[in-house]
Amino acid sequence: MVQTLEQTAARRRTRYAVIDCDIHTAPKKPEVLGKYMPERWRRHHEQFGGRGHAGAYYPRANLNAARTDSWPPNGGPPGSDLDFLREQLLDGWGMDYGIMTPLVGSGGQINLEYGAAHATATNEWQKAEWMDLEPRLRGSICVAYEDPELTVKEIERQAGDKRFVQVLLSARTAEPLGRRKYWPMYEAAVAHDLPVAFHFGGSGGGPITASGWPSFYYEDHCGMPATFEAQVTSYVFEGVFDRFPTLKIVLIEGGFGWVPALKWRLDRAYSKLRDEVPTLQRKPSEYVESHFWITTQPMEEPQNPEHFKRIVENIGEDKLMFATDYPHWDFDAPDQALPVRLPEEVERKIMAENARAFYKLA
Amino acid sequence: MTETVALRVDPKLTGGPVIDCDLHCNVPKIEALFPYLSDFWREYCTQSAFRGPVDTAYPKGHKTTARPGSGSPPGSSVDLLREQALDPWNVEIGILTCSYAIESIHNPDTAANLAAAVNDWMAAEWLDKEPRLRGTIVIPVQQPEMAAAEIERVAKDRRFVQVHMPARSSMLYGNRHFHPIYEAAARHDLVIQMHFGGAPGNPPTPSGWPSHYVEEYVGMGQVCESQIMNIIAEGVFDRFPTLRWVVAEAGWAWVPAWMWRMDKEWKGLRREIPWVRDAPSEYMRRHMRWTLQPVDPPDVIQFLRIVEEMGSDELLLFSTDWPHWQWDTPEEALPPDLPDELRRKIAYNNARAFYHRL
Repeated sequence: MVQTLEQTAARRRTRYAVIDCDIHTAPKKPEVLGKYMPERWRRHHEQFGGRGHAGAYYPRANLNAARTDSWPPNGGPPGSDLDFLREQLLDGWGMDYGIMTPLVGSGGQINLEYGAAHATATNEWQKAEWMDLEPRLRGSICVAYEDPELTVKEIERQAGDKRFVQVLLSARTAEPLGRRKYWPMYEAAVAHDLPVAFHFGGSGGGPITASGWPSFYYEDHCGMPATFEAQVTSYVFEGVFDRFPTLKIVLIEGGFGWVPALKWRLDRAYSKLRDEVPTLQRKPSEYVESHFWITTQPMEEPQNPEHFKRIVENIGEDKLMFATDYPHWDFDAPDQALPVRLPEEVERKIMAENARAFYKLA
Repeated sequence: MTETVALRVDPKLTGGPVIDCDLHCNVPKIEALFPYLSDFWREYCTQSAFRGPVDTAYPKGHKTTARPGSGSPPGSSVDLLREQALDPWNVEIGILTCSYAIESIHNPDTAANLAAAVNDWMAAEWLDKEPRLRGTIVIPVQQPEMAAAEIERVAKDRRFVQVHMPARSSMLYGNRHFHPIYEAAARHDLVIQMHFGGAPGNPPTPSGWPSHYVEEYVGMGQVCESQIMNIIAEGVFDRFPTLRWVVAEAGWAWVPAWMWRMDKEWKGLRREIPWVRDAPSEYMRRHMRWTLQPVDPPDVIQFLRIVEEMGSDELLLFSTDWPHWQWDTPEEALPPDLPDELRRKIAYNNARAFYHRL
């Protein structure tokens, strides 16, 4: 049975400042993005629309995977109405800032040029319809990441607008993200001091696990960390951080309970197999510790909540950044997300101060 | 390298006899199987110059594949297995696995006939020669009906205690496609051994082919995570409540975090898979075990924390992984500072309780 809990004013206040690092704003209708496309691609957008890799859809928990209370009065989908987003999220939780991570699928387009036009339109839309109107919002530069040249062009186009705080990809890419194909993107990102973030989801054209398609949405949703682990592994062993020592990567919505065990496994494998990657300058876990930041939603819930502290201790209290994933069904409420009380200073960092420092917010 | 490593294991380390749940034998060349193949298949191999499945999860010349002096090819000599694993470790029972990439063979009949030949070869060349050894049934996993028939055929030999399924596959193992295998395994009280490796032809990550073997090696943990998720979500253990499953050579430090993840998601989405009545971690503790090598936690404190977080000290099964070189000293293979009860459980009792055919 689905119950809507009454949220009292008291519940809506946390003790500390809050910055939300994963907010899914959405166009009210597909035509909205068309407005920001040149004629050639607007026609394509209207006649053909998005074409990704077919066969990857799982019916979700709810329509749009959204909280049932998040459908706004403007008649559009959740996340499409600024006033309602202010009321339900930014004001409702007293947030200092919110980082937009639009999931509009630009990067997953099979037609790469259309994907690039779609990405540009998404970025222009973030500026005109969100950031120009609401100073607490920050944007993510969407890119057609499977084409390095078009990606670099888009980063160059948007990087001058400092309200964009990162480059945004989806987690499931066509190739592991450490591979050389993606290096021009990293070069452009570090040149503009932009972190590169990747978010839950995406489709690179293959099955969503290493062993084919699962059967259920439960698995589509639960299985995501496997992709994140593979991407972190790729970054480390491809030597991306030796080539780009200032590159920062943000992991969004992939969980983080898996990080400690992966670090051990990377180090152990490296100790046995370093002959294959002899040019690496550091131990794998050191790269993970210096180059990755991680958003918290979906918050980890160890069977014994005390074990949560071990994860934080391993990852580092400076590396976790709070996120709600608004307006999705698995929203983490700022006052209830942490499964166990941490020292006040650490909670402050996770809820806002890490993101404030990382994204250079005032 | 050809020098032989003289291995000395302090008896205090294991505290008694051990059951080694991951030993390897390798088919040295296809001709070794000829005595167990029909004229047709011998001719097929000879005429086409088919050298057997050449794909392997193990890089040929690297020590993680073979300890120095472990034979040529490594894992092809019973004498060396005795000398390097069974004797020094005081192995009471050792379970042999053959990672012969049957799953890479696209012709279903070739796959089934080669699998049968490997099983007959293992029985004659290994199990007959060394009474401490037990076998793992090799199957054409991509052809479940044929695989079930092979299980039926070989299960009469009580020395075979489990069924081999490579961790990587082109279809997740919970899928109903594979259920004939589980039905046969459950009927004969055989454990499923999901083992490091596999050459199904599709990429080993959800985002394509990594450049390095070391990535595939690390990634085998994630491959197993996805398989475990699917096996539980598809209700394999609900349909086959006596089925038991060993994850071999893929690490186990990742298990607690995966339990947390699956339990949390199940709380939110269980209405989609209502036959999964208990938290997924409960199924894992009830039906699944993990072989010890490779040991990822960097020290005994972290080792014990992971065991604590697994919520049971009965989930780990001792293995040397011979002839793969996962450890340099016996103390690296089995930490010397473990509590005695846990030490004996890992070294012996857990496997004794789990493998009903021992």
